[in-house]
Amino acid sequence: LRSHVDGAPSVEAEGDTVGAVLAALTDRYPGLKGQIVTHDGNLHKFVNVYKNDDDVRYLGQLETAVADGDEIVVIPAVAGGS
Amino acid sequence: VSAFATPALRLRERDWRAVVGHCLDGLPDEACGLFAGPVRADGMPDGTVAAVYLTANADRSAKTYTVEGKDMLRALRDADDRGLELIGVFHSHTHTDAYPSPTDVRQAPDPNWIYAIVSLRDGDPVIRAYRIVDGNIAEVPVVLDS
Repeated sequence: LRSHVDGAPSVEAEGDTVGAVLAALTDRYPGLKGQIVTHDGNLHKFVNVYKNDDDVRYLGQLETAVADGDEIVVIPAVAGGS
Repeated sequence: VSAFATPALRLRERDWRAVVGHCLDGLPDEACGLFAGPVRADGMPDGTVAAVYLTANADRSAKTYTVEGKDMLRALRDADDRGLELIGVFHSHTHTDAYPSPTDVRQAPDPNWIYAIVSLRDGDPVIRAYRIVDGNIAEVPVVLDS
């Protein structure tokens, strides 16, 4: 994912919810489109998103509220099978 | 294959023993873990494994694995703190060869990563490593350092 944000390990974005922050990020870095949030507006199955180390799937998904200074971590799921 | 040749995956003996132990502990399910190491200026790992993270298989399955998200986050932060990057993943195949399955290939997200597979099919565990780029598989040599 870093390759879509000019290789930066972290970037800043504004928004009241996780979804709004990710949308702001995607506006700035179009390469992220469809990578984190699917085209129908849900969290991508193969991506994990954390707010201050808590998985947003167990918070409020993309509606999870975000306050100033919160850290959102986005990591691709690592998976496979025999 | 030579189009995306990679330096060998270099694993310390004690890390290899930890990987094998983790894979055996995980039976009958597949086990998984992450490798961290230095990365060259072009973004490619130099192949040295400086840290191994033994992670839970969130799928708890004998057929599939998903690195537990929290474990991955911890590994990522630890690697960052040590100036390393996550450079790859290993998982066990309990009853098949150490070769990427179609699922492994389809779900390999990072062309720079090294995907190692530990086969427990026969008596002695066998590790082989690969890079997977756009669905193409290239084997990477594995070197055990003492």
